[in-house]
Amino acid sequence: MSEIAAYRLLLASLALATGILFALSLMVGPAGIAFSDSLRALVLGGGGDETREAMALVMREIRLPRALLGLGIGASLGLSGAVLQGLLRNPLAEPGLLGVSASASLGAVLAIYTGLSAAVPLGLPLAALAGAVIAVLVVQAMAGGGGTLAIILAGVAVSSFAAAMTSLTLNLSPNPFAALEIVFWMLGSLSDRSMTHVWLAGPFIVVGCVVLFRLGPALDALTIGNDGARSLGVNVARVRLFAILGTASAVGGATAVAGAIGFVGLVVPHLLRPLVGAVPSRLLPASALGGAVMVLAADVAVRLIAPDRDLKLGVLTSIVGAPFFLWLVWRARREQA
Amino acid sequence: MRYLEAGAAMVALALSGLALIGSAGVHAAGAPARVVSINVCTDQLAMLVAETDQLHSVSYLSREPQNSAMSEEAAAYPLNHGQAEEVFLMRPDLVLAGTYTRRATVALLKRLGFQVEQFPPATSFDDVRANLRRMGTLLARPERAEALVADLDAGLDQARATRSGRRVALSFSNSYTSGVGTLSQAVLDAAGLDNIAGELGIEGTERLPLETLIMADPDLIVSGERDYGAPALAGENFRHPAYRALARRKTFVAVATKYWVCGGPFTLQAVRILREAATASPSLARHGE
Repeated sequence: MSEIAAYRLLLASLALATGILFALSLMVGPAGIAFSDSLRALVLGGGGDETREAMALVMREIRLPRALLGLGIGASLGLSGAVLQGLLRNPLAEPGLLGVSASASLGAVLAIYTGLSAAVPLGLPLAALAGAVIAVLVVQAMAGGGGTLAIILAGVAVSSFAAAMTSLTLNLSPNPFAALEIVFWMLGSLSDRSMTHVWLAGPFIVVGCVVLFRLGPALDALTIGNDGARSLGVNVARVRLFAILGTASAVGGATAVAGAIGFVGLVVPHLLRPLVGAVPSRLLPASALGGAVMVLAADVAVRLIAPDRDLKLGVLTSIVGAPFFLWLVWRARREQA
Repeated sequence: MRYLEAGAAMVALALSGLALIGSAGVHAAGAPARVVSINVCTDQLAMLVAETDQLHSVSYLSREPQNSAMSEEAAAYPLNHGQAEEVFLMRPDLVLAGTYTRRATVALLKRLGFQVEQFPPATSFDDVRANLRRMGTLLARPERAEALVADLDAGLDQARATRSGRRVALSFSNSYTSGVGTLSQAVLDAAGLDNIAGELGIEGTERLPLETLIMADPDLIVSGERDYGAPALAGENFRHPAYRALARRKTFVAVATKYWVCGGPFTLQAVRILREAATASPSLARHGE
């Protein structure tokens, strides 16, 4: 089988998995609606009957937005992880580790709990986007040409600072519930999101993903180094700018409505890279689909494992992600030895 | 090591000595003269039962109109924040606390020799009666407590006249609801209403997913406080389009949290609000008839 055929097969199977998990996400929920009923309610609506009307409400306003957000947010995280790893030529780059998710969370928290998001129509996603941009800029400025270690240290610092400011903001809120919501902003959740959230985050996620997808060829050129890429006519500064803006838009939009979901951007590109022959432009679509698969699967799992507990999404992605991270460390040590 | 132990012992001795000075103001008759309450529920019971000047301080929460039905009365008392040091300096001869709140503070105050009385949260009107009577005994005001219990019983008898049997969903922040074994359930019973939590097998306070709420199709939706002066995601469930669509089709009743977060004579107000809403609504007995 040729390399191209293998790549197409990979994309097709990832797309199939995404489709299946999307459908599964629509089917799983506490209301326990039969498969055929739920499908009819989703497509045809209620049609006057009281029970049908309730089913349509559940399918269209509760489960559909949840599935759509899982799809979009997963794709954003996987894609931005792949782009950041290609751009920084660093296997550890991803929105979570670079502090992008935590800073976007902080932006969203500031917008929501000060009342800005209620006063300004797009205040929430824009504040999250601003948080994400600032995080990338700070990490880049701090890391400079310092390599892997500098980037990771800067990312850890930005992450911790943003998390601390998020906690501080929520603890200072006069609302008695705010302090409990720290967990949501640190671990992320898609529970009871609505179409309002889809319309709020969706455009930012789509624009961000489109910008990131278009970076594929430039990232291919960057594999031979900055100078080599320049000689091929790639404007490295421009690529960097678009990668930052694309990531900020996609991750900012995602985080604004679902909190910071960790490890997806790290694990997915790593798992898929060997399967696409380490070509960045091929890794991008594969990672987007892979991210969607991971988040949708995690979101179905939280509903199956603890239906009444509102288990946070980040709990599951971290359970998958942290051992993977340890494996990375172990492998790096072995290579050094 | 020895020095350390000796030092610790001396500190403990000094503190207990201070505590002795602190409790020097006990009345000969046994009635406490300087009572400090550090829990919003005991605050209110004490304000109702205590004699003038007997209650020295109440907790800061008792002045918050969202959580306290007696926030105006609480303005007359110095506030505390339930911290051991603060309570210590007030030199109380009786400290009133809740069973589940501020455990570390309570343990420390007991170690320092203070008399601390803990009240369990009321989960029924029997608990409310028992708490009122116990407060009467502790403050040496049993007649006042009996009078309050009699008022409560008269109010409950009045409310219990008829039973509308309408189906109610309790819907609080973060999509929580209450079932058997909670004061909310006792209030619904007193108001002659059926809680859908019973049909769903919900006991205590649990999450009621929005999907389940919609499919359960209640006649009334009852909610608590929703305005805390600052936004939080906890109120998102009330803004969800699916929730609003349901609330538009059903009778929606808001019962202020302060009336039933603690059990007291003021809890009757929650019963009255619910009874009126159930009888006034035009779609009365649309279901199950």
